[in-house]
Amino acid sequence: MQALGRFRVLDFGTAWAAPMASQLLADMGAEVVKVESRVRLDGLRLGRPIVGDDVAGGDRGRWPELQPVFHGLNRNKLGITVNLKHADGVELIKRLAGQTDVVIHNYSPGVLERLGLDYDALRAVRPDIIVVGMPAAGETGPLSNVIAYAPIILALSGLMSMVGYEDGTLVGELQSAWSDAVAGLHAAMAAVSALRHRDATGQGQHVEVAQWEATTSWLGEAVMDWAMNARAQGTTGNVDPGMAPHNCYPCRGGEAKEGWVSIAVGSDEEWRRFCRAVESGGGRGRNRWTRDPRYADGFRRWRRRAELDDHIRRWTRRFEPMEVTQLLQRFGVAAMPVMTIEDQFLDPHFRQREVWPEVEHPMVGIEWLYGLAWRLHETPGSVRRHAPLLGEHNRQVLGELLGVSESDLQRFERAEAVY
Amino acid sequence: MSSDPVAGVTPGPLDGIRVVEYGGDVSGPFCGRTLADLGADVVKVEPLDGDPARHHGPFPGDRPDGEHSGLYLFLNANKLGVTLDVTGACGRQVLKQLVAQADVFIDSYPSSSPTAPGLDYAALIDDNPGLIVTSLSPFGLTGPYRDYACYDINVSAAGGMSYGTGFPDREPLSLPLRQSSYLAGFAAALASAMALLARGETGKGQVVEVSETEVSAVLLNGYHLPTYIYKGVPGRRWGNRMSLGLFPNCVLPASDGHICIDTPQLEQYQRFLQLLGDQPWSENPRYRNRRAMTEEYPEESEALIAPWFRERTKADIFELCRQNRVPCVPVKTIDEVVNEPHLRQRGYWQERQQPGIGELTYPGPPYRFPRSPWRLARPAPRLGQHNGEVYCGRLGFSPGELTRLHQAGVV
Repeated sequence: MQALGRFRVLDFGTAWAAPMASQLLADMGAEVVKVESRVRLDGLRLGRPIVGDDVAGGDRGRWPELQPVFHGLNRNKLGITVNLKHADGVELIKRLAGQTDVVIHNYSPGVLERLGLDYDALRAVRPDIIVVGMPAAGETGPLSNVIAYAPIILALSGLMSMVGYEDGTLVGELQSAWSDAVAGLHAAMAAVSALRHRDATGQGQHVEVAQWEATTSWLGEAVMDWAMNARAQGTTGNVDPGMAPHNCYPCRGGEAKEGWVSIAVGSDEEWRRFCRAVESGGGRGRNRWTRDPRYADGFRRWRRRAELDDHIRRWTRRFEPMEVTQLLQRFGVAAMPVMTIEDQFLDPHFRQREVWPEVEHPMVGIEWLYGLAWRLHETPGSVRRHAPLLGEHNRQVLGELLGVSESDLQRFERAEAVY
Repeated sequence: MSSDPVAGVTPGPLDGIRVVEYGGDVSGPFCGRTLADLGADVVKVEPLDGDPARHHGPFPGDRPDGEHSGLYLFLNANKLGVTLDVTGACGRQVLKQLVAQADVFIDSYPSSSPTAPGLDYAALIDDNPGLIVTSLSPFGLTGPYRDYACYDINVSAAGGMSYGTGFPDREPLSLPLRQSSYLAGFAAALASAMALLARGETGKGQVVEVSETEVSAVLLNGYHLPTYIYKGVPGRRWGNRMSLGLFPNCVLPASDGHICIDTPQLEQYQRFLQLLGDQPWSENPRYRNRRAMTEEYPEESEALIAPWFRERTKADIFELCRQNRVPCVPVKTIDEVVNEPHLRQRGYWQERQQPGIGELTYPGPPYRFPRSPWRLARPAPRLGQHNGEVYCGRLGFSPGELTRLHQAGVV
């Protein structure tokens, strides 16, 4: 039994946020049909891939099938190629919409209207259809036409202004598609909630998820500080207002890289356990600071956190990150290595929990993808199918599901309506 | 659908769903808040000394007060609140009675915590077959780290969010404002809603298990995993620039703050070069390979364009770039976001009176449902504010029984 096995989703998404939203639904069993066209490929299919060295044809050759980032975001989906600039293509999509529960897209405001596939047009063929639109800044407002990639949305949201060190040095960038993941989760939640509303009332609706607003909606703590104290929170580094020590500390590195461990001490009791752990770790006599009464209570530790961090750094540098972690955890103190993707990929805990599933892709072979972010014990979901090749399921979806005859399909292909 | 508990409000999409939340700080409460905003009826169960977020702040005038913590007020709006000591048998029994009436039980106190209720999930579902038990923990219910102690900074570290964040010659940085915990809390809310849809078909509840570190490791490694597997790049800190992408993709100083620019399309970059005017370097082959400019000599490359930004204000840069369709925007500080005309015009911010404080501002709807709206219907509960309403009104305790529980230190 699949949690979402009774639902069909049409995915018009490109790049990251919208494809991730429908991927989260596909992982849980929804039948997601990704609508693509060679007229304008998803940007994540384009460019020289990092796998293989077959350059024949470039973006018109094998490259669109060799993009592992695309393979992660589009696994478990069926793929069809339909040209929405062709009247017959639009007509096919309308027929498909008649058998669809949810449409997800990240078009700019006005694009679906111009294609004749906006909410009203889709509702005409499927009265209870749910449309989830993911415009970057919303469908209205003076900045609704802003060109927005993940870092741009991060900058507009307010979060970027807080990424940096305690001394005020701004870093800004996070090395991940943060706002895309946040927006993707919200769009998936919009779809699931709207399906629940439809289960209860029979009504569909058009839900707007503005990626900027979704990203800003998690910053309430800083918004409250502004409302209460007219204080715009800046960069605070690894400082927590109530914990010391609370930082990332350098360790003995491996062959080619440095190592770091994160440590957080939340109470005086945890501090005493931390000190016992340090003293038990060898080098007795070298760590007299663990007995210094000036660090015995949380307030004074916090005030002296800079010198305390110096002591701790001298201690952590003697160990590898996992050695510090295991020692402190034996005493119930919160510590974890600062993990790279390599650390995570090889980690025994993540391995045991099958965080990196394998799937076989017809042109790449076995590939490792990221797994599922949750486990529903009775309806777990899975990574069960590789990302679709371009048009791989044209016959399954347009032929078997919609009932388009083979001769008509060939006619559509010749006219580049199916392309 | 059943009538909404808050009179006069159009029902949300999760109207009629009853949630019991037992969690502190960010992840569990944000899971509950997310469901409450969509119409679920959420009862927050706090230990007798309250959710730790009550001591976090920010506080008005920086005066600590357990009822005035901005983090707590933000995370717990839209809920009813009761107190309960679940470490004793009596309190545990009361919690079981609450859960027996619920559709979703959120449990986010890790097994290592002294306030963990230690309930048997399977037994809870036996008693209430439609129950969804949403377990939020740092590492999940299985695996060698399952009992490890963990705060948000450790989740950010083990989730893979910290290693790349910061400058190469300085320490890695945890995500600000405990964002890894929000990610986990929201993921748990979504997974719970998926389990509700499954229940719509089977009538059966289940355990929904969410590992906070796994949520980050899974949802934010889409680039890093293949880059590691195919190119052997294990990760490094990249400071003010994105590690993947074409130059310029970075944050640079303006005369009055910072801007962020990202021009993946060649036409965008060419329009940006036209804005800069006639630049002799742009013909140099060394500065025509945009990938190498980002990956191999980023400081040198950024120095070519930095002066243009440093001479101009954020607003002027934004205006020029918008007119020329160049993706480049100000790095907005939180006051600039709150005052942003675009968000104001869209009616985003929610202003509410908070007793004892005055007007507070909350972020608004992340999604807009025309038929079943997101809502902000009531402020966060004071400690034990709804003990009478919940214990007497819902569990049927008599006022005398409630007094006895109070005297016994259970509520």
